[in-house]
Amino acid sequence: MTIKYQEHEFDVIVIGAGGAGLRAAIEAARSGVKTAIITKSLLGKAHTVMAEGGCAASLQNADPRDNWKVHFHDTMKGSKWLANWRMAELHAKEAPDRVRELEQWGAVFDRTPENLINQRNFGGHTFPRLAHVGDATGLEIIRTLQEKGIHSGIDVFMEYTVCELFKDDEGNCTGCIAYNRVDGEIHSFSAKSVVLATGGITRCWSVCSGSWEYTGDGHALALMAGAELRDMEFVQFHPTGMIWPPSVKGILVTEGVRGEGGRLLNKENERFMFNYVPEMFAGDHAETIEESDQWVEEVVSGKLATVRRPPELLTRDVVAKAINSEVKAGRGSPNGGAFLDISHRGEEAILKKLPSMHHQFKELAGVDISKEPMEVGPTAHYVMGGVRVDAETQETRVPGLFACGEVASGLHGANRLGGNSLSDLIVFGKRAGEFAAKKSKGLEQPKINEKVIIKAAEKMLAPVTNEEGENPGKIYDELREMMQNNVGIIRTEDEMNFAMEKLNEFEERQKNTFSGTSRIYNSGWHQALDLINMILVSKAATLAALTRTESRGGHTRDDFPTPDDDYWGQMLNIISLENGKLTIRQEEKEEMRDDLKQVIKEIKDLIKERAAEQGGN
Amino acid sequence: MSLKGKKQSFKIQRGDLENTSMVDFEIELDEGMVVLDCIHKIQHEEQADLAVRWNCKAGKCGSCSAEINGKPKLMCMTRMSDVVSETPENSPIEIRPMKAFPLIKDLVTDVSWNYDVAQKIKPINGPEEMNWEFNQMEADRVQHFRECIECFLCQNTCHVLRDHELFDDFAGPRNLVRLAQFEMHPLDTEDRIPEIKKEFGIEYCNITKCCTEVCPAGISITDDAIIPLKERVVDRYYDPIKMVWRKITGKKLRT
Repeated sequence: MTIKYQEHEFDVIVIGAGGAGLRAAIEAARSGVKTAIITKSLLGKAHTVMAEGGCAASLQNADPRDNWKVHFHDTMKGSKWLANWRMAELHAKEAPDRVRELEQWGAVFDRTPENLINQRNFGGHTFPRLAHVGDATGLEIIRTLQEKGIHSGIDVFMEYTVCELFKDDEGNCTGCIAYNRVDGEIHSFSAKSVVLATGGITRCWSVCSGSWEYTGDGHALALMAGAELRDMEFVQFHPTGMIWPPSVKGILVTEGVRGEGGRLLNKENERFMFNYVPEMFAGDHAETIEESDQWVEEVVSGKLATVRRPPELLTRDVVAKAINSEVKAGRGSPNGGAFLDISHRGEEAILKKLPSMHHQFKELAGVDISKEPMEVGPTAHYVMGGVRVDAETQETRVPGLFACGEVASGLHGANRLGGNSLSDLIVFGKRAGEFAAKKSKGLEQPKINEKVIIKAAEKMLAPVTNEEGENPGKIYDELREMMQNNVGIIRTEDEMNFAMEKLNEFEERQKNTFSGTSRIYNSGWHQALDLINMILVSKAATLAALTRTESRGGHTRDDFPTPDDDYWGQMLNIISLENGKLTIRQEEKEEMRDDLKQVIKEIKDLIKERAAEQGGN
Repeated sequence: MSLKGKKQSFKIQRGDLENTSMVDFEIELDEGMVVLDCIHKIQHEEQADLAVRWNCKAGKCGSCSAEINGKPKLMCMTRMSDVVSETPENSPIEIRPMKAFPLIKDLVTDVSWNYDVAQKIKPINGPEEMNWEFNQMEADRVQHFRECIECFLCQNTCHVLRDHELFDDFAGPRNLVRLAQFEMHPLDTEDRIPEIKKEFGIEYCNITKCCTEVCPAGISITDDAIIPLKERVVDRYYDPIKMVWRKITGKKLRT
């Protein structure tokens, strides 16, 4: 069979068109290099569109006591001290300008009475910090970047799926191969630098809040190209996903509900979060219902809080595990979750602040959230782990290969704070685009060897050249169910060993799938290729989770239920592919710069003082 | 009414431009399913190559637009209980792709024209100095338009496009919403009225409001976006006093 393909040449290629990819491409194009975006969906449809609650940046509009230092502290503490401190510093310092820049390009955030960008409270953020648009902030951000992007001179390849990265003999990344879903044609791209912005991996779990794109493509492409992954054991199970009816199980219920005063209740109508305040947050949160209610009252009326926040606003890892424990203790809601009640805020406020939640529950579950509580439970939401990058430039250990957004790692450590994802996209998207463009300048256009292209194309075409085989959808469903049951929110060694065995079986089965021979918009073909990535990243996540014999943030071991600060609190799990085999090693986390240690101490003291003033210890 | 266990028949349009037919399927329903769940079930159990475009399955991305029993809808937000109750007993539920756009395969159409038009619309270019202020009322005016998820159901339904195929002369409701949003944006300084009149053909809209009816984001497209833009065009070009004033002063309109 002769394989035909088209060739393209660019300076910078960005893979993925969510917030990070678009922001990277805009920045690269702005610096005058020939830039393309390759996206497996249509423009404006990427997972960013599903982000709800807001974008964290210490704008100081809603509370003048906020600043980059507090944001830096909150991010490090939320990460259980495993985040890369330089990334956390850059993120906290640069997020406000990146948010304002979005408004310059057309975004319209909700306002304060002083006509500035309003900010809402979220778990783990000491002050109200999230710029938002009702509960559809991601839509606002992706549309703004999309509208800026299409006027920035970027070539956009929509519904093209990238299957392999190219490298030259010196190990530099030189481009990629993709196929166009609309006609099944193969395209080879030569690039002086490549930016991965492919998002996350949460489609590997059956109860998840991710879109179809979240199959770990960038994680897998990077591994196969020789880059490293870190923190893959840390998967964020968002505490509040829809749990009923079954077909909508996993769809996100924004943390904004709790930021706006939502209460978590068990079937005995008890505000159970008061019983789950971990030691590291002791004294920071309200201890009585009265104090909680007063905080909500103050905050929603635009005042500065004088008391402590409700325990519902503890970090996501804590709240998810609390709901899980309530269900296990037999106090769960009828469909195995908890109740989340916001009805006390009244219909008008709910329609203004949480319109899509209102719509979502009304349309999909027949529940009016302005009158009755929602039923919610944990859903796989975000992977803290990802491609290891340089904090300043976002370059991986493969020269010319960059990563930003969810596919990259380092900013969130063991647990991400809500709102720090949208800001991550725009801060590090910009940086990746800037440095990828810089790198490309002065380099010659790489020539991709024809044999290399043909070999990669043959691999891509395998599922449509088979003559018979299994429906890839079946493997896809089984894999997701298996990961949910064995590498879920609470993990044990036996279950994870079993998961590894199953993943090896799936790997064999993936080679023999069949979904017809048509190359035109063949959903099964695409799924067969997705499976390669899903199996590899599931293995990486399982391997890391097996290795970390402690519980921390988004990684909880039933057989090692407590944090081990002396050893694991200092260690990162680094994964790479060596001769086709996943290997893991531990590396001590980098020691924090002295001035930042001072910042942490200063903010810790400030928070302690404040808690004491507000009636804590 | 629980649909769990009910056997339901479907007729789904399959094929590409050259060869299209309605194909029969039957699946067993589960509790709370939406139409997109049924399509996925058919893909995973029977026809792996059935083409459907979808992303979020939560009504936020606008990818899975189709015509369900002839009605333009998002498949992910259409509950089977509603479709079953409107379908005569023992009749199949019919699912077709959007009719206004060129077919690619099965339920997938080529919507790239919408992106081509968007490219021609001058974007917002806010002030260099980042110190602007505007209030929530000013924000409200455009935030409503910004809830559009670009499902293109309004474009699919608009008779100017669907029946008269005036794709070269008319931007369609989605893009008029975009234009309204830019024109009313608190930081906007551009003038797009001449293009709205000429290139984007606002006069083709005769206010039948079909677009508003199908909008899953609940945007009052006709009343809030198209009519105010029509008024701006009329103000500029057809106000008799302004016409006389232009005669006297010799000032020309920017067209």
